[in-house]
Amino acid sequence: MKIFREALYPLIAVTAAFVIGGILILLIGDNPLTTFQLLLENSFGSARGITETLFYATPLIFTGLAVAVAFRCGLLNIGAEGQLYVAAFATAWVGIKFGGRVVDVFGDKQDWSWAALPAILLVPLCMATAIIVGGLWGAIPGYLKAKFGSHEVINTIMLNFIAIALVSYFTQYHYKIPGDPILQTAQIGDAATIPQLNQFFSFIPADVKLNISFLIAILMCFLVYVFLWKTKWGYELRAVGQSPSAAEYGGISPKKQIIIAMTISGGLAGMVAIGEVMGFRHNYYHGFSAEWGFLGIAVALLGRNHPLGVFIAAIFFAILLRGGIFVDAFTRYVSKDLVEVLQAIIILFVAALQKYSK
Amino acid sequence: MNETLNITIIGILIFSAIRLATPMIFAALGGMFSERSGVINIALEGLMLCGAFTAAVVTYELSNPYLGFLCGIAAGGLLALIFAVVVIEFEADQVVAGFGINVLMLGIPALLSSAIYDSAGSTEQIPKEYLLPEVFGLNIASILAFLLVPLAWYVLYKTPFGLRIRAVGENPEAADAAGVKVQTMRYTGVILSGILAAAGGAYLSIGQSSFFTRGMSAGKGFIALAALILAKWRPIPVLVACFFFGLTEALAIQIQGSSWAKIGGEDIPVQFIEMLPYVLTIIVLAGFIGLSRAPKALGIPYRTKK
Repeated sequence: MKIFREALYPLIAVTAAFVIGGILILLIGDNPLTTFQLLLENSFGSARGITETLFYATPLIFTGLAVAVAFRCGLLNIGAEGQLYVAAFATAWVGIKFGGRVVDVFGDKQDWSWAALPAILLVPLCMATAIIVGGLWGAIPGYLKAKFGSHEVINTIMLNFIAIALVSYFTQYHYKIPGDPILQTAQIGDAATIPQLNQFFSFIPADVKLNISFLIAILMCFLVYVFLWKTKWGYELRAVGQSPSAAEYGGISPKKQIIIAMTISGGLAGMVAIGEVMGFRHNYYHGFSAEWGFLGIAVALLGRNHPLGVFIAAIFFAILLRGGIFVDAFTRYVSKDLVEVLQAIIILFVAALQKYSK
Repeated sequence: MNETLNITIIGILIFSAIRLATPMIFAALGGMFSERSGVINIALEGLMLCGAFTAAVVTYELSNPYLGFLCGIAAGGLLALIFAVVVIEFEADQVVAGFGINVLMLGIPALLSSAIYDSAGSTEQIPKEYLLPEVFGLNIASILAFLLVPLAWYVLYKTPFGLRIRAVGENPEAADAAGVKVQTMRYTGVILSGILAAAGGAYLSIGQSSFFTRGMSAGKGFIALAALILAKWRPIPVLVACFFFGLTEALAIQIQGSSWAKIGGEDIPVQFIEMLPYVLTIIVLAGFIGLSRAPKALGIPYRTKK
């Protein structure tokens, strides 16, 4: 039973996290059982609980897939955070520039746009921007590794800081509405937005921001699976991940695969912008990501770098993230930081158990 | 602009650079011992936070910064031991495990401080008289950091211990054959990195400021890592790189809203100065400025031949 074997080590890691976390809660002076109940139960049972959890899970599916694809090629992409930042800004930029956005600057109407494209053109254009810009930002460390052999981990860490500083600069100096105290761009044109699912399904509460991007995330799980296991390109990518020298002997260029894997990885991370910019906030908001790029690493690890595993792990972390809010509010001492502690223990255990699970 | 103003500004910049470089020097020297022994250490950030939090709590509770500092570095050493067990005993991916330690140290201090002090992730303010004191306008931790550089150089290059550390990081098989205990040396390297990085963290919470806040190292552990790479894993260049990064940070702080930092009447965007250390690291790593050569066995677990 392959699936049970695959699930065994992640389950051990999750169990360990709850045991150690439980001891910590006891030491702090709260009841672990009621705390864990608060953490988990609010995501089930109600339409609100379930759909909000799926909303939290959407960016994690994208970043989890991003990290998983790179992992399959033997690369660790710690740069998903930077990739989704540049992608989000670029998406908002296109949404403003081609969305006919007129901005009110102290009562003065200014047209910030170059064109006002219809939705049928603008929506695909914005989506393509998210994917391409994220992909290009991911391609940089891929290229540096292929060309100069410099370690992708260090480069992606550095590029995260660079990305965040860069978009902060463009937002602050060029695309913020003068007088706005918040570091955010103007709104994208209405034609650049994608619908929320509560417009189609009446059981979803009106204030739950779950949008089309969730369906795209599911589609991407499927596409990544097909790519990795049903195509020649995916086979080559995984071959490099298993053994670069054997792959090279077999006529596959590891350098090319490294660049391809990092580009796809960045593109997947960039897709977070579809849900966040086009589906939810409708602008670029500095600090919009709740460290999804980094959480993606935990998601991919727990999901064993398989799209189905990534999907399940993303839902699991979404439950924890959402449950953290209830823990914060309804326990005496425990704060939502518990979620990070559980996440860290899971990462450490999955990493430590790796050598037994091969 | 008159000359006195110029000199004042340069003086402020240099002092401010020394202050800002201090935590990075500690952390980068720590990272050096770990990486020279063959263990990639991206956990510097978390180890710093561990030191910062422990030092702040102990100093506040006992009103003694020296005890606080010692407990801070002890906690850092202990956390590094956990990291070492995961990567040396269990042969876990060193980057993944280091990342896990960083996440852990975002969570645990925040969890504990909201439980102990009922505040959202920060500790109580420590009265000024219980902070690490200053000598000649410099914090004693800064002085300690600068003194540690020649010491680290001596230990690494002039002692048998340093030779063994370097040997297990370059060629563990040969070191093993020569009777060096590879695992023990790596444990020592990693624990040293925890102690030193935590010292940098302790300086942040009980020297530079007077309390701990969630994630207060704000990427300094990663800049220290960048400095270490820029310095090609050597102690004296580590000092130079850290001072340079401290200077860029000092500059970034100074130019915000000041009248003299303008090019052609336009502000210099602070973001571009902030980016400098990171861009430089990528360039150096790509080999554009001399060859960057990491310890040969960096990141590769070693199993003692039976």
